[in-house]
This record gives sequence, structure tokens and C-alpha cells, in this order.
Amino acid sequence: MRGHRLHWLVAVVALVSGCAGGPAATGEPGSTAIDAAGFPVVVRGVVIPNRPERIVSGSATHTEILFAVGAGPRVIATDDYSDFPVEAAALPHFDAFNPSVEGIAALEPDLVVLAFDPGDVAAGLAALGIPTIVFDAPVALDGAYRQFEEVGLAAGVGAAGAELAAATREEIAGLLVNVPETVRPFTYYHELDATYFSIGSDTFLGSIYGALGMVSIADAAGGGYPQLSAEFIVSANPDFIFLGDAACCGQSPATIAARPGWSELGAVQAGRVVIVDEALSSRWGPRLVELVRFLAEAVYGGGV
Amino acid sequence: MAVSGAVLLAAAAAAILIGPAALSPGAVFKEVLSHVPFVHIDSGLDPRQSAIVWELRVPRMVLAALVGATLSLAGGAYQGVFRNPLADPYLLGVAAGAGLGATVAIVSVGSGSALVPVAAFVGAIGAVAAAYSLGSAAGGQRSGATLILAGVAVAAFLTAAQTFVQQQNADSIREVYSWILGRLGTAGWSEVALMTPYAVVSVTVIMVHRRLLDVLSVGEEEARALGVRPERVRAAVVVAATVGTAGAVAVSGLIGFVGIVVPHVVRLMVGASYRAILPLSIVCGSAFLVIADLIARSALGPAEIPIGVITAFVGGPFFLVVLRTSRRGVM
Repeated sequence: MRGHRLHWLVAVVALVSGCAGGPAATGEPGSTAIDAAGFPVVVRGVVIPNRPERIVSGSATHTEILFAVGAGPRVIATDDYSDFPVEAAALPHFDAFNPSVEGIAALEPDLVVLAFDPGDVAAGLAALGIPTIVFDAPVALDGAYRQFEEVGLAAGVGAAGAELAAATREEIAGLLVNVPETVRPFTYYHELDATYFSIGSDTFLGSIYGALGMVSIADAAGGGYPQLSAEFIVSANPDFIFLGDAACCGQSPATIAARPGWSELGAVQAGRVVIVDEALSSRWGPRLVELVRFLAEAVYGGGV
Repeated sequence: MAVSGAVLLAAAAAAILIGPAALSPGAVFKEVLSHVPFVHIDSGLDPRQSAIVWELRVPRMVLAALVGATLSLAGGAYQGVFRNPLADPYLLGVAAGAGLGATVAIVSVGSGSALVPVAAFVGAIGAVAAAYSLGSAAGGQRSGATLILAGVAVAAFLTAAQTFVQQQNADSIREVYSWILGRLGTAGWSEVALMTPYAVVSVTVIMVHRRLLDVLSVGEEEARALGVRPERVRAAVVVAATVGTAGAVAVSGLIGFVGIVVPHVVRLMVGASYRAILPLSIVCGSAFLVIADLIARSALGPAEIPIGVITAFVGGPFFLVVLRTSRRGVM
């Protein structure tokens, strides 16, 4: 009984850490016809017969994308975490981690977008004739831009999607071009919670740090989303510490410095402990520009 | 006893010497010595390295030993007082109560808060108090079985409440699981200081009662005929074991398997007398958890494995081997 429970817990933990923005095992399906005009359109193998008028978003990232491409007025419900823009926050919410096929179907949507399928929700909705697209977390920035295009296409505003992708790509490239050459890449520790879960360079967020010339100390643990030991973090002595757990877990530069042994860290002593907005750093929507600008300024100062 | 003491010492030494940071054994040894009063010695380690030894490795090892000792002793005492081989320290709802307390604290103030251990402790004590009063009200004063059933009911109820709170707050799910699977990874001297008084009280009270547990093991009626009042002994041992377990759970989360398996392994080695089982459980429980924690933090390099996974994964097969060899010895 206990052993069974443990297996189950491990599976859930793996699942949840995976859905927090990890590289998708399935990759990006190639069946999307980006330049198709008019309906029906096919996005990631899902046929959308008509221009959607009742869109349900089960992902805060895709809610932001939908509003950015001008499909916001046609969104009728979102998941609990969709708090941006303010119009989205005012919509009815549902729990995307425990979604009910029946509950979503009762909203009578003609398009459902998800970033996480906890178990045949997409198949259940598809069986009811509701077009449902699951957008896995991308591996790098290009994958995010591609999702802007795909969301635009699915919502019947393909041109706006392509425009958003191009504009975001250009703005971020403009920020990255000013990243100075360093003798060696800066190392960092990005903290997801107060039990030292972290991210590797191979994650989506890690790819952004990578574009800013930084390498994660968690790569020594095989990348992904490992739980690091305190001893390893102290001995790795990263150049920067990024706190992705200020709002969730009450962590701050002061609480970090008070941890056993952490006051000896160079980043703590030099004040290079940076609080990173949790929503910005866990989504891959149009506010990526804000995230990249914030991180570039935190690392290289206002000159970037 | 001497052998298990030597194993504990070896485990403790290994836990201090081995870790993701490569430090020379000599320097680590000197660093530990330099903290002994009146010993002035320079380990040659830089401040970061000495912090690794003295603020991370040593307190973590000490905490693992304290928690392992307390859980094993509490499990052995429960097995004696309820005359039930399946009893473990979480029998009367400690785990479920602590789980609910910790989950509520994590979702409302965050996993880094100092309130989490307090809430876990309160939940653990509250659960056992509820099980005890419900069991007594149902006529359990005279029989341990009613008490166990009350504990099962309370645990099921609290687990349901914990699951509900957790599902309503899916964004905290990783922190809740990392607590449920047990953790020593964030341990420092403050956790050791928090745990020590509970361990001392619990160990003292249970050790004082260990002869009475032997009397109880012949049966409640027989014990009564010998002048022992089973409900008295049971109350004292349950309170002591609960206080110790609640302290352990508060600082390290739910570390399973230690409390049920270590006393059994000891029993298979030294026989059925609690006078021998309980003290040996303290030593073997410490050693077991120190070794499990060493595996948890070194098996996957700089990444950690939840210690609850290690105790069950390593402890299960180990227990089966001991069971098998001891059976063969009997036959």
C-alpha cells in the first residue's frame, strides 16, 4: 500500500515538474500548415472547421497569446492561472490540472487550447467533436514563436499571429545582440522552490539564460528539473542566483543568506541574488520580451 | 550492540566524508576536530568548504541519526504496546495529521516558512489526540485494537482533507510532495536544535517502560494479573512515541519504512525481548537513516533523491533478505 502510494507520488512529481515548462518528448509536430488561408485549417493535426467564436484556454501562456493576437474577445473561459491581461483575469476560470471533459464541454467551446493534458482530456473533447490542441512547452525561443503563429492560425487571425511572432523575435534579437562577450559564461542557479528544485540549460527557461550567455549549475545533475543538494550549490558557487520562488514560497535575498552555509556564496556576498517574476519565467507568451529585458539588465546592467 | 555501534560510527564518518563537493578526508577530519572545544587546528579549507562540512554535512548527518533513532524506537514501542507487527510510528494518524498541517501551511504561507514544521507538529499531535479520545470513547481503554481502528479512521479522514486542500492548490503540489516524501536536504543546526528535545524526551520515557513492554507482550490479561496496568503503559508510550515522531516529521517530513522495518530487523537478530530490541533500534535506526540519506544525496550526483524513496527502495529488499536468512537459521 505504502509502496504503491510512493510510485504514484513519484509519477505525479515527475509529471508536474515536466509540465512546468520542460522539453516536450513529442517535439513539434510538422503537420501545421502555417500559411493556409481560410477555414478549415489544420493545426498540429487538429482540424478546425470554422472560425472559432467560443475559445477555452487551459493555459496562461496561450491566454496571453490569444489576447495578443486579438482573439481575446472570443475567449470565454480560462484556467485558474490566466491572470494576464486583466480582461482574461475577469473571465470564468477552471482548474487545468484537474480538468473535467464534461465541465469544459458544457461551456460549448468550438476551440480548446491546452498546455498540459493530465489524461485523455484532449481525446475526450475530440470525441465530442470539439477541436482541442495541446501545445507542449517549447524547447527554445523558436518553438515559442511558432506557437504564436499556430495559435493565430487556429483562431482565424493567422496574419496577427505571424506578426506577433516576427515582432517578438526581432525585439528579443535586438536585446540579445547587446549581450557582451565574457571570458567564460556566467554560471547561475535558478531556484524553483525552497527545497532546491532547479532548472538545467536544456529547459526552455534555460535556453533563455543560455541566449544571455549563462550556464546552469544544474547541468551537472543531468539538466531538466533536478532537485539539487545544498552542498552542491554551495560548492558550485554560481555567479548569479535567480529566485523563482519569491511569491510562492516567501524566499528573498535575506532568507537565502540565512540558510546554513549559504552566506559564504559569492553571489550572496556580492548581492547577485535576483528575484524573477514567477509568471514571466514559467510562460512562453508575448511577455518573453519583458523577461529577456529584465534578465539582461539584472546580469549586465542598464547598458543593454 | 558493539557491532551496530561500529556500523553507526562508520556510517556517520562516511556521511561526513562523502558528498558532491570533493574535499580531502584529512581536511574534513581536521575541520570537524576544529569545532571540538579547546582544540585549535587549521583544516586548510576555505570558508565555503568549511561551511560545507560544518554547516551542511555534519548537521544533516546528526539530524538523520536523530530522526532515524526516534522513528525506529517509536515504531518498536508501538509494535510492543499494541502487540501488532504491522504497527509503525504513523499508526495512530501522525502522518496524516502532520501532512494536513504541513499542506495547509505550504499552500497558505509557502514551503520556506518556519510555520510549516509548527503546523506539521500540531497536526500530528492533534491527530493522535483525536484517535486516542475517539478510541477510548468507543471502549478502547481496555483494548489496543479499538485504538488502532480509531487511528485508521482518523488517518483516512485527515488524508482526504489533505488531498482536497492539495488539489485545490495545484501550484504548490511539488512542494507538498517533496515534504510528503521526506527531506533532510534543507537541514541545518537549527533543525537539529529543534529535534533534540523531542528525541530526548521520547527516548527517555520509552526506555523507562521497556521492561513493562515485555510483560505486556505475554497478553493484557496476564499483564494485569502481574500487576501491570496495560492502559497506563500504553498511554505513556503512545504519548512519548507521538511527541518524538511529531518532532521528526516536523523537521524532515514523512520518512516511511524506517519505523516499521528497523525494529523487525533487530528482533530477528536478537530475539523478542524489548529490553534488547529498543536500545538496538535506536542505534540501528540512526545508522540506517544516515546511510539512506548518504545514498539519497550521492547516488545521482549533485541531484537529490527523496529519502522516502531510498528507505523503501533499499530497506524493502534488505528486510526480505534478513527475513529469509533468519528463517533459514531457525530451521
